[in-house]
Amino acid sequence: MSEKAFIFIKIYVLKIILSKEQLALTIKRLANQILENHPRLQNTVIIGMQPRGILLSDRIVRELAQLVDPSTIQYGKLDITFYRDDVRKSLHIASNTDIPFSIENKEVVLVDDVLYTGRTIRAALDALLDYGRPSKVALCVLVDRRFSRELPIQPDYLGKAIDTIFSQRVTVLWNENEQNEQVMLLDN
Amino acid sequence: MKLSTKHLLGIKHLTTEDIQLILSTATQFKEVLQRPVKKVPSLRDITIVNLFYENSTRTRMSFELAERRLSADVLNFAASSSSAAKGETLLDTVNNILSMKVDLVVMRHSASGAPHFLAKHIPAAIVNAGDGINEHPTQALLDAFSMQEKLGQLAGLKVAIIGDIMHSRVAMSNMYLLQKMGAEVMVAGPPTLIPKYISEAFGVKVEYNLKKALQWCDVANVLRIQLERQNQPLFSSLREYSLAYGINRRLLDSLGKEIVIMHPGPINRGVELDSDVADGSSSIILNQVENGVAVRMAVLYLIANREN
Repeated sequence: MSEKAFIFIKIYVLKIILSKEQLALTIKRLANQILENHPRLQNTVIIGMQPRGILLSDRIVRELAQLVDPSTIQYGKLDITFYRDDVRKSLHIASNTDIPFSIENKEVVLVDDVLYTGRTIRAALDALLDYGRPSKVALCVLVDRRFSRELPIQPDYLGKAIDTIFSQRVTVLWNENEQNEQVMLLDN
Repeated sequence: MKLSTKHLLGIKHLTTEDIQLILSTATQFKEVLQRPVKKVPSLRDITIVNLFYENSTRTRMSFELAERRLSADVLNFAASSSSAAKGETLLDTVNNILSMKVDLVVMRHSASGAPHFLAKHIPAAIVNAGDGINEHPTQALLDAFSMQEKLGQLAGLKVAIIGDIMHSRVAMSNMYLLQKMGAEVMVAGPPTLIPKYISEAFGVKVEYNLKKALQWCDVANVLRIQLERQNQPLFSSLREYSLAYGINRRLLDSLGKEIVIMHPGPINRGVELDSDVADGSSSIILNQVENGVAVRMAVLYLIANREN
């Protein structure tokens, strides 16, 4: 109990990056931008990154379903735990991978919530190749912590870019009924 | 979250959380095995030696496949074709192998406690692939995984372990695991093959009548009659055993309910199981073998990643 209280005091919110209203608009914009480059989502698949990225991809797919025929949307979920380059540093718990279609020659839109060092996306590119050879892979993220990259990876669809330092954390609060949803910058 | 133990020597030392972690990780590895490329790079910097002092087909191949699917480097050692035949001790053999920079030892030995002995003397992590009549933890884990996959959950399940309980490491590991996970366990077989104080020691039910055992259970885990492990005749003939404890179609049909049939292999067809049962719709024997690779991948992944 005392430990929990200690953590609560230690972490505090520096600022709100995206409010609830901004978040909803940003998701709508990202869905429209994806559609702009992939008309009617032809030959396109959406792949959300486990575990946090699928909360964003679920919402983007819901927006897309109002813009195109929902039956044409191919939507999968990818877990990259077994492809990490830091497995020996700490043990990560694997989540579900569910890609019930071939991605051979498809255009893949990878969706994740926060782009930071780029190592997760590197692992995701490795993992994707085990499902086939996509003709193209694009990256869609809600928040880009620019200047923190450790690999040459950039987003194609971006909610908002922010400047952060190492000790800070970006947290996206998702909510089933869309109450109190926001993106926050925290400091440890 | 990680395993509470450095080695996997037996189910006895695992916590419920450990077992749940292994089973849930195995679910993810099972998905990996359905992909076009059935391989992940997780253990590409790890070298594993399979140290088999006792014959094995299924377990050794299953472990080797699991290791290769995790991209580990694999060394195979079979006692029959090695310097062990020249009289080298177990500890010398293992220390020689470890000086070639091996990270993990998968070991089967006919002496109970051999991996426990090794764990005290070498720095590498050890996975027990069966030691004498003590434990065979990965078999129990894959049995549990297969039951869970077929029937939903382990808690509340009634499992009968049937056959040679006395000489079976599979029975021992299964009893520990199922009871930790909240299942009810019954052992059944001829009185000569069931240790006398087993119900006091393990809190399991004991039944000498096969039909009554089958009527009670949801799952029957049928063990192999281990002729090679018996120094004295404990039943008069295979035919007699088969008449009293062999499971056939007619017996299953007479139960008036569906039960799941499991067997750790290799089957003595016509002794403990008839072919129409082993190959029938209620049997999940080949699913057990398939799940074995995923479960062993999970064990190796979790043990290897615990080191630092």
